[in-house]
Parts: sequence; C-alpha cells; structure tokens
Amino acid sequence: METTDKATSAKARKVKGMVDIEISKCKGCELCRTACKENALTLSDTINIKGYRYIIANNDLCTGCVNCALVCPDAVITVYRTSPKKNAKREDITPKNIKEEIKAIITSPVYNDLSNMDYI
Amino acid sequence: METKLMKGNEALAEAAIQAGCDAYFGYPITPQSEVLEYLAKEMPKYGRVVLQAESEIASINMVYGAAGAGFRSMTSSSSPGISLMQEGISYIAGAELPCLIVNVNRAGPGLGTIQPGQGDYFQSTKGGGHGDYRLIVLAPSSVQEMADFVFLGFDLADKYRNPVLILSDGAIGQMMEKVTFGKFKPNKVDKPWATVGKPPTRQRNYITSLHIKPEQLEKHNEKLVAKYEEIKKNEVRFEEINTEDAEYLFVAYGLCARICHKAANIARDKGIKVGLIRPITLFPYPSERINQLADQMKIILTVELNSGQMVEDVRLAVNGKVPVEFYGRLGGMLPDPEEIVNKLENLINKNHAL
Amino acid sequence: MRSEENLLVDEHIVSLKDEDLSKDKTVNKIPAENKTADTITPEKPGCMNDEYEVVYHKPTTMVDVSMHYCPGCAHSLVHKLVMEVVEELGIQEQTIGVAPVGCAVFAYDYMDIDMSEAAHGRACATATGIKRLMPDKYVFTYQGDGDLAAIGIAETLHTINRGENITIIFMNNAVYGMTSGQMAPTSLVGMKTTTSPLGRDVAEYGEPIRVSELISHLPGAFYVTRQAVNSATAVRKARKAILNAFKYQKLNKGTTFVEIIGNCPSNWKMTPIEASKFIDDEMIKTFPLGDIKLPKGEDLKMLEEVK
Repeated sequence: METTDKATSAKARKVKGMVDIEISKCKGCELCRTACKENALTLSDTINIKGYRYIIANNDLCTGCVNCALVCPDAVITVYRTSPKKNAKREDITPKNIKEEIKAIITSPVYNDLSNMDYI
Repeated sequence: METKLMKGNEALAEAAIQAGCDAYFGYPITPQSEVLEYLAKEMPKYGRVVLQAESEIASINMVYGAAGAGFRSMTSSSSPGISLMQEGISYIAGAELPCLIVNVNRAGPGLGTIQPGQGDYFQSTKGGGHGDYRLIVLAPSSVQEMADFVFLGFDLADKYRNPVLILSDGAIGQMMEKVTFGKFKPNKVDKPWATVGKPPTRQRNYITSLHIKPEQLEKHNEKLVAKYEEIKKNEVRFEEINTEDAEYLFVAYGLCARICHKAANIARDKGIKVGLIRPITLFPYPSERINQLADQMKIILTVELNSGQMVEDVRLAVNGKVPVEFYGRLGGMLPDPEEIVNKLENLINKNHAL
Repeated sequence: MRSEENLLVDEHIVSLKDEDLSKDKTVNKIPAENKTADTITPEKPGCMNDEYEVVYHKPTTMVDVSMHYCPGCAHSLVHKLVMEVVEELGIQEQTIGVAPVGCAVFAYDYMDIDMSEAAHGRACATATGIKRLMPDKYVFTYQGDGDLAAIGIAETLHTINRGENITIIFMNNAVYGMTSGQMAPTSLVGMKTTTSPLGRDVAEYGEPIRVSELISHLPGAFYVTRQAVNSATAVRKARKAILNAFKYQKLNKGTTFVEIIGNCPSNWKMTPIEASKFIDDEMIKTFPLGDIKLPKGEDLKMLEEVK
C-alpha cells in the first residue's frame, strides 16, 4: 500500500517531524489538510467539545515542514522536528497520564453521547 | 500670579497649557478657532502635542486615543462641530475616560450663525450622544472663569473618569477681559488602567465600551449611574447674588447671567426685590438650592438664549411651588437688561391682576 | 461568539497538564476544554525515541483562549501572524493595538497586549492620538474593509498623508463580515452580497476600491504591500511583510500599510478550502498581490543602526 511505503520511507528519513494538535480548539476547517504535502492529516469521525470534527495527524508521515501550522487560523498545531545536527531536547514531552486522561474523556458518558450523535 | 487682558478663547488656551494639557486636537470653526491657533503657536514650546485634525470626528477620536493612553487631552469646537463629536463623546463616557471638551455655543440649528446662543443646553446636559451617560457641564460667564474652569474641568475629569464639557458661548469666547493666572496648579493622577504597553507585571489593559453580554452591560451601566449620583452629591456649584431678601428670582447661566445681573440691579433701583442664581455646573444641576429658594419667591424667571431648555430643569426643581416663567431671545440676538426688567414687571402686574 | 467557558480556560490550561489526574475535579464538568490534548493517533514507537525540537508553536503573546471566528477565517490567522511578529521582535511591552468595529472587535481578547477599542472607522484617528503622545511605542491598527475604506476613509487618508508612524493592517475580504455579508467598498464586480443580491453593479456602486494603490500615492506612506494568507507560501510572505511593517516604525519615516486579502467563508457561502481557491482565482485579479511601494535603500540603512 502506498501509505506503508511512505511510512517506511519516512522512518528511513533523517529529518522527521511530529505535530501536536489541540483538538479542543480545532474547528475542522481543513486548511491544514490541503497544505500538507504528505497527506498526513485527516478529519476525525468524532467531534470535540465544541461540536467540530477535528484534525488527526499521522506522525509517521510528518516531515516537520510547518505548512499546516502556518495556515492554521486557530494556532492549534505545534510542530516538532528532529535535527540530525543538533542534539536538542524535545520540549513539551507529553506525559503518559495525558493519554490516560483522553481515554477517560472519550469513554466518559458525556463524550459517548456526543459521539453517538448523528451529524452530516 | 500674573494678570493679563485676554480674549476668552485665548485665556482658555493659556489655561490649558498651564493645567498640564498634554494634547490638543481640534478643527477650526468660528467662534473658537482662536483656541486652536493659540495652542498651535504655544504648545510646541512646551513639547506638547497639538494637531489640527481633518474633522471634528477625527479630533474627538484622537482625544479618545490619547485619553486612553493616560494623558490629559482636550478638544474644542462650536455647536455644529460638537454635533459631529457626539458619537466619540458617547464612546469616551462609556469607556470611562477623562477628557475636556469645550463647546463655544453659537445659535443654530444647522449652520445657524456665528453669534452666541444657548441652544446646546439639551445636547450638553441631557445626553447628546446615544446611551445613558452624562457629562459634567461647567458654564463660565467671564473670561476668568473660562480660564479657571479648565483646571477644574481636568481635575473633575480625572477624579471621576468622565468627560467634562465647558459650555461657553460666542460672546464670552470673543470678549476681552482681565484674567489672572497662577491660582491653580495642575494635579497629576495615577492611571493604572491606561494603555501604555503591557509590562510582564500586570494583565493587559484594554479600553473599550463594548460589553456584549447584557448582564455585563447592565452592571457597567449601574456603575455609571452610581458615579453620576456621586457627582450629583458632591459637585454642584452655583453663584447667588442678592437672594437673601429677594421675592423674585432670575435663573440664568453664562452670558445671560451677566445681563440678568445688570437687570437685577436695575430692578432693585426700581424697588423690585430681585435676586439671581447662576448655575455654574449645569450637570449636576443645583436643583436643591433652587427648590429651597422657591420657598421665598413669588415668581421665578428663567432667561436664556434659546426657546426654552434650562427652564425645564428649573420647573423640575421648583416642582410646582411657584410659577416659573421664561424669557428667551433666539438666532443670536441678545436681550437688553431693560427688556428683562420689563418682562418681569409685566409678569408681576399679571400676577397682581389675578 | 465568546462563551462563558473561555473564562475558565485562560490560566489553567498549561498548569493542569502536569497535575495529578486523581484529584482533578474539573474533568467531569468540562471534559476536553481544560486539557491541551495530544493527537489521537496509534502508538508511534519510532518517533518517540528521537530527539525533537519545537519548530513552531502558538505565539506566547496570544491569550490562550479559543477564538470566536468562523472555521477557516483569515482574521484569526492574521491575529496569529501579528502576535508572532510581536513575539519575534520582543516588543510585547511596547506595543499598543487599536481594534476596529467588525468581526475583529474582540481582538483585545486574543492579543495579549494593551489595546484600545475604536469607534467604527476611527481607528486611525485613535492610533494617531496614541502615537503622537508615545512616539517610542509600536502602535498598530487592525481594520476591516468597512472600517478603513468606507466610513473611515477620511481618517485613513489623512493619517497616512500626515505620515503617522503607525502600522495599518487592512483585512480585505470584500464583504462586511460581522453584519452578515453586506457589500463592501472592496466587493468584486458582480459579487452577490446581501445588499447587492443581483451582483455588484458598476453603474450603481462603481468599481471596488484598490486601497493600497490609492494610498501609495501619498508621500506619507512609507511601505505599502498587499499579501494573502490562503496558502503556506502566502502566509510566509505575509508574515515577512508584517514583520517589516513593524520594524520600519522605528525609522519614523511614515506609515506602513499591509493589506491582506482574507476570506470570509461564512458570508461567501463557501468552505474554507473553496474560499482559498476563490482568492487565487478571482480576488487576485482585482487585487494583485505584491509590494506596491517599497522604501528606498538609504532609508533602510538606518534600520541596522536603529537595531
């Protein structure tokens, strides 16, 4: 499949990127999706607290080109990139408990109601 | 203390410099262009800002910007220009900014004439611009007061964070009289709410009159109402002449007060016991004192250069105790003191006939 | 529109990230708002092991709240760009902005600098009042097409003619956004809006005003440029333009004017992606992008000394 080929080639790349998306502020305008040359961004199937479908990033494909973050009107994207020359530390390391929080939120009753809502 | 012979407008301008006015923005209009001209010559000597704007609308908005940044700023115009400024004045009052506005009233409506009038009383005291706000209105009746009220106006504006209006007129602006400077000093007030650039130590300041949620706007308006109540309690100013034993009362402000003073003297010579009360602050109006005086009066005569504006406030104050009559001249015509005495005599005779 | 929730998001959003979950009481009340959520992608073992550095983040000079603009709106994008520039130049303490009346009326809720709200169209006059009294500060106005080109055209022209040393950011999206899509002075010929339901008729309303060209003839205009923000390349150029516009304020040589062709997806009745395409296809024909007035070389030499 094309994605796997791209993914493997991405892993082999020297410079890799990663994005953090603040899904509670994303409004699903999809401008980042068209700006991404690697087609790494997709719109989610669920909605966030504001009722918007939000953007999900496939970080295996990310090159850290910053295009998505530049065009994002709501500044919800933070872009990280490896630098083969520097040994920079990654800022804003996401702790594991944040992931647990999100699992808790998604499986909570409020969120389940929202995700069961019919939307176009 | 120095005494000079000056024109009313120029005395106002000189007082503005001495009161520490940081910025003046104006537009020429007769009869007050001398203010702008005097300041254009003198302000740069002190390193202050003076700018002839492209219109009165631009002037008042520049005052808004400067006042929001915490500086003493003022503008002046005449009746048609003040009409243009009403939106800006409403914004300044809504954002609770201090500033000084001078209206050198001329007869109207519309383009009118350049002669003095008092037809802007409603505009000055009952709003003028949109919304529930009030201006503190000071009415000078001499060149000395033109100068003194600038100091008073700036201090009141800073104290209450409200715009202050000096309601002069074409005659007082143009007449030349002795004026003494040096009685008052400028007071500087701390303004922590001003937009001077946000240091890391505080939250950002923003100057706005927009409160889009009705609950917020109601609270804001209630705050303004409370402020105006406090102003009404503390800042009433008026002058009384010969009212202790008077049976008849003249009520007049500004130029008319000078004419009524003379008329009262003429009447006294004829044996009619007339007193004069001259409101100095048109908002807050000296309603209490007029109500008190009404107890001893038989007739109250309000004299104005309009078709009957301040007389409504007098009637409200008197509350029906005694008849309140009105005498006015329009279109820039000024009454003679004899005219006023005649009017009073006619009223007295009519009263006796009844 | 701002909502009550925004008030809770402000200071807590960063601090709650590292708080112990077990004693967090707000999770039940407002789920996703208070957390800077991570991406919801499957495990990515390769990426987690490498050393990453931040190459782009939301500027710290923005207040950390959700903005009320429509999805894809250029206003929020340009707010971000202006605040990025303020952060890069390090002038947060010396910048004062003037907000317009229009969709960006709440700009002071999103930009963490001292700001003043101006009457409709009078932002340039308000900025003049501020800059004249504090000439060493950076003052900018942020205005829409109605504010700058319709009701405020006199103030705009005279402010630029006097050469006030301010930066004017003109958001041109060819409609009146906040009041729901009426025709603007910059609406395209034939464009259907609520007050031109059959399309803008040249015989009735004339052609759209090209404000940048109009004011570039005034000697007081120092740097005039027109940019767009509908693609990543355009955003990079616009950001550079705004950066230069702010830098040139220090030269005290006149007004810097940046016109930005923005979109209004709601009132154009398009999706943000379609709106971006509309800008490329139609808007740029009437409003060509590029620098309309550049400062001379010797003026810019002073820039190095000033820095």
